[in-house]
Order: sequence, then C-alpha cells, then structure tokens
Amino acid sequence: MLDNKELFRRLYQIRRFETVLLEQFKSGIFPGTTHTSLGQEANAVGVLAHLEPGDVVVSNHRCHGHFLAYGGDPQALFAELMGKPSGVCGGVGGSQHLHWRNFYSSGVQGGTVAMAAGMALAEKRTQSGAIVVDFMGDGTLGEGIVYECLNMISLWQLPVLLVLEHNQIAQTTPSSLAIAGSVPKRFEAFEIPTTALDSSDILDIYPLAETLIEQVRNESAPRALMITTARLGSHSKGDDTRAPGVLESLWQSRDPIAIQAKRLAGAEHNQVIQDIDAKIQQAFEAALAAEGGAG
Amino acid sequence: MNGPAIRTVLDSLNHGLYQSLADDKRAVLLGEDLLDPYGGAFKVSRGLSSAFPDQVLTTPISEAGVTGIAGGMALRGLRPVVEIMFGDFITLISDQVINHIAKFNDMYHGAATAPVVIRTPMGGRRGYGPTHSQSLEKFFLGVPGLTVLAPFNLFGNSPLGSPGQLLKDVILKAEVPVLFVENKLQYLLPLLSKANLDEYEVNTVWDDAGVPAPSYTLRLKSAPQATLTLAAYGYMAHLALGAMRKLAYEMEIFCELLVPTQLAPFELKEVFDSVRCTGRLLTVEEGTFSLGWGAEVVARTAEELGTNLKQAGRLAAREGVIPVAPDLELASLPGDEDIIARVREMVFHHG
Repeated sequence: MLDNKELFRRLYQIRRFETVLLEQFKSGIFPGTTHTSLGQEANAVGVLAHLEPGDVVVSNHRCHGHFLAYGGDPQALFAELMGKPSGVCGGVGGSQHLHWRNFYSSGVQGGTVAMAAGMALAEKRTQSGAIVVDFMGDGTLGEGIVYECLNMISLWQLPVLLVLEHNQIAQTTPSSLAIAGSVPKRFEAFEIPTTALDSSDILDIYPLAETLIEQVRNESAPRALMITTARLGSHSKGDDTRAPGVLESLWQSRDPIAIQAKRLAGAEHNQVIQDIDAKIQQAFEAALAAEGGAG
Repeated sequence: MNGPAIRTVLDSLNHGLYQSLADDKRAVLLGEDLLDPYGGAFKVSRGLSSAFPDQVLTTPISEAGVTGIAGGMALRGLRPVVEIMFGDFITLISDQVINHIAKFNDMYHGAATAPVVIRTPMGGRRGYGPTHSQSLEKFFLGVPGLTVLAPFNLFGNSPLGSPGQLLKDVILKAEVPVLFVENKLQYLLPLLSKANLDEYEVNTVWDDAGVPAPSYTLRLKSAPQATLTLAAYGYMAHLALGAMRKLAYEMEIFCELLVPTQLAPFELKEVFDSVRCTGRLLTVEEGTFSLGWGAEVVARTAEELGTNLKQAGRLAAREGVIPVAPDLELASLPGDEDIIARVREMVFHHG
C-alpha cells in the first residue's frame, strides 16, 4: 500500500514532466506535436501501481502519464520527444509510439485494443500469470475494431483490464456529439463486468483498480473500468476549443494533484515538489545535452 | 505425415501447417470456419483442429480484430497464423497490417517484432463474382516492414521450395510479418517434381528478406537464346509455363520464365539478368492493370537496364469488377492465350 506522499510524488512527477514539456515546446526542441496527460494523472498512477513485473501495458496517443507511472525514465522520454538516439525508441516513435519492457503504445485509435487482446491471449496460453492493462479513451469507442475485440475478449475470457478514460472530449468533439447510448453498457453487452467511477481522486481510483486487477489475475478473465475524468490540457497543444470558464471550473474541481496535495503537510508537500522539480529539470537537461535531435 | 500422399499445392500447404503446429506449440492458427469437419472454406486447414485442438482457434467474422489480436500474440512470443477466408477481405485488415504489425519493429527501434503470417487465397475463375474473386495483393506490395510471398507449384519431391515447406519456414522462422498469397486454382495444381520438369532447365536462387524464399528461372533445354523474358508468380506462373512451352513447340518463339516467390520486398536480380540477354520483358499478373506488380517490375528493370530493356509489356486483369458469368469472367482475366498473343505481338510486330 503506497502512502499519500508516495502517491502524490507519482502524480506530481507526471504533472511536472508535462508542464516542462509544454513550456519547452516553444523553444523548438521538440519536433511534431504531443498529447499530454494533464488532469488524467491519477488514472495512470492508480491503476499501474498494482502491476507485477511480468504484466503488460498497452497505451494510446496520450501515453506519457502511463509510461511514467509504469516506471519509465523521464530522461529517456524527454529524449524520445526530442528525437534523440538516447530516447526510449531512438527517437523513431516519438510521443505516441513507445515500447520499453512490457509497455507498448501506439497512435491509431482502436488497434491498440486488438494488440492488448492478443497479448492477453498469449499470456493466457503460455500460463505466464501475467495480465494486460489497456488504456483507451472515449473517442476510441467510435472505432469498429473495439467491438470486435470486446467480443473476443469476453468469448475467450482474456485476462485484460480495459481502462476507459472518459474525459468526455475527443480532440475538440464533446462526447455528446459522438457517443449514443451508454458507455458501460457497451462492455456489459459482451458480459465483461464493468465498474464506473466518476473521480479524479487517487484515493478512489487506487483501491478500486487493485480489486479489479486482482480479479483479472485470479480469474484470468476480463474487467472494464470506466473512469470519468477531466482533460485539463489541450488535445495536443493549443487546440482546446472549450470555453475558458469550463476549463477553469475543471481545474478547480478535478485536478488530481490539487486533490492529493491537500492530504500532505506543508513541509512534506514542499519537499516532494522540490525533489520532483529537480529530478525533472535534471532529466530534461540531460536529455537535451545528449547527441542528436531537432535542437 | 498422417493421411494421404502430397500431390497438390493444397496438400502441400496443409502438410506445412500440420508440421508447423506439430513442431512448435507457439504456432497457433486462427480464422473463420477452421474446425473439422469443415476445415476452412478451401480445406487448407482440414484435419488440423482434430490433430491440434489447442492450437486451432476458430474465430468470429472479425478479420480486423483477429489480425490485430495476432499482432499482439506475436509481440508476446507466439507464432500466429491467420487464415483470411477470401483474399478480397484483406481490405478489412489493412490498418492492422500497415499501421500496426508491419510498423512495430521499426517504430519500436528494433526492440519488438511481430512475425504474424497471414494466409489467404486470391484469384478468380470460380464464378464467385466481384467480391470473392479478386487478386488484391498489389495493395500490400511496398508496405515497409511487410514481406509478401506467393508459392509456386514446383519441387514437390524436394524438401526445399515446395509451397508447404515455404509456409512452414515462414511460420516457424520468420522474424518479419508475412502476407502469404495463395490462389484458388493453384490449390488444385499438381506439384511438379524434377522428373515432371525434365524438359526444362530450372535455376533456383534464394532471396532472403527475413525468410528464405526461392526465385526460379525456367527455360527449355537445348533451346536457342530466348528473345523474351516472362515474369509471373503463383497461378499466373503456371499459365505462363504452359504458354512458354506452346510458343516454343508450335511457334518457335523462345522465352525464359522468371518466377519469384518473394513479391515484396522486390528482389529482381534474376529478372535483370534475363532481360539483359533477351531485351524484352512481359509481366503477367491476375490483379488489375494499373499500378500493379508488373508496373513496379518494369519500372525497376528500366531503371536498372536503361536501353538494354528494348520492349516491355504487362498483362493483367481488366480494370473493373470480375463478373460471375463464366464467359465474362474469363474475358476479364489474363489467360494462356492472352500470354501467347501478347508475346507474338511483342516479338513480331515491334522488332
């Protein structure tokens, strides 16, 4: 069981990484674009804290938080985003296409659900005991392959936890313009037991994910977890069309870092901030100093 | 081997699958309607679910999902083989192949491979009509990271080079994803042993883009210098072989036939070598004409040979749907008489 300080440390590491990334994007050292995990940090930390070493993670375009919560190295991620040979994938994959140990991400919607299902089938067949965690967004629900895979995941009882991060917006399109019917019932229609949680609080997500991961592991069977969450940043950079008032209100009510910060004493809080700020700054500078890249 | 002797391409492929599943428990066959007694729509998978019930997984009609799942299985160390019932349906798996399976190795900087094998029958002349008769492999040629193979019905009594041996090598040894293009009429063709090919000189060269794949050069023994190079694969190579023989015996026009089994990445050295001597190149494919395999073969040969390529031609399916009516279907696809007519035209009428 991780204590409040450690949970905060993990949350704030993602926050700080993404903040530095967005700040430094202006300087031109990062090619292309990026999708940050601002506001969704507690999903990554709360779920991935329960993994065993052999477990597999499949993520999507918004994967930095998942990668860091999995234990990925911030310096290697900065270097990857800079397009450097010292990056996670040598600068080839960039923001959306990471692979390190048992962590895989990719940038086309829907296909990652199939990847995750296939990996879970492999782990089940080889009786490795490992499970797969697959992160998807509400926008992904528009892709047909998702439903092909939900069918097979249930049919073959694959050991996968499907984590739907429902931030209610896909790029600029609110889910009210894209999703008909019930989201949880999509999973339930295939008889995948589904839990819905509307929270950005790590203390809600963390214990619930522990229970679900235990069930997936013990029963070698799927579970779905829909977390209603808030994207506190743009889809990528500077492409947020939501009204300022909407974002402001989300920041006030749904910021997982602010929610958890309140549980730490002032000195404890400040110490974590100081440590992580220094760690991320050092990771950034070391990545920048390495050879290659756009800078 | 259990069961009857291996006489046809279908027998050979079935045997290759059998041996793959027997030799390596990581090999898993996935696809629609695979279970016995049906054994797959074209019976290539017949008997396998009875012999290896744990390694044959019948699936819902979900080509994209199944192919994507095979990609995930391969990333985690299994050797999945996907049977796509009709080649026409590879449109459904294009995102899985192009954006996922074929990319993993490069985009993960060499740290992951997804050696998925996707087998599927292409081709017409069965009256199945516009959506079950096409040869769509040209859309998958030139996809970086994807190897495309098409077996040839040669060397049945040799362990090397038979369709089933090629398939088994790919399933068990390839470190790259492979689209394995079969053909419905080719299934029924007898395997030609060296004895059957007594009147031909056959040279075999092994290409190796992740899996050793043979490329054959055939010419009639003691024939004069060939004046035209025919290039074809799969069932079209079988038709071209017959046309080459007839051209020689009945019309005294001598050709060489180049039959690659590796369609992509393109390895055309033997074509270049042959055309250097003949000066003329005719490609034959069952897919539609524009932007096809033949276009790439001709373009690369022209780049390599310059003015030593004096004349080039391409035979392919007519641009349009493949009709059900037998006469209309035959007219839409290249046949052996078309090959003969085109060769005569090239040799006699264009110098």
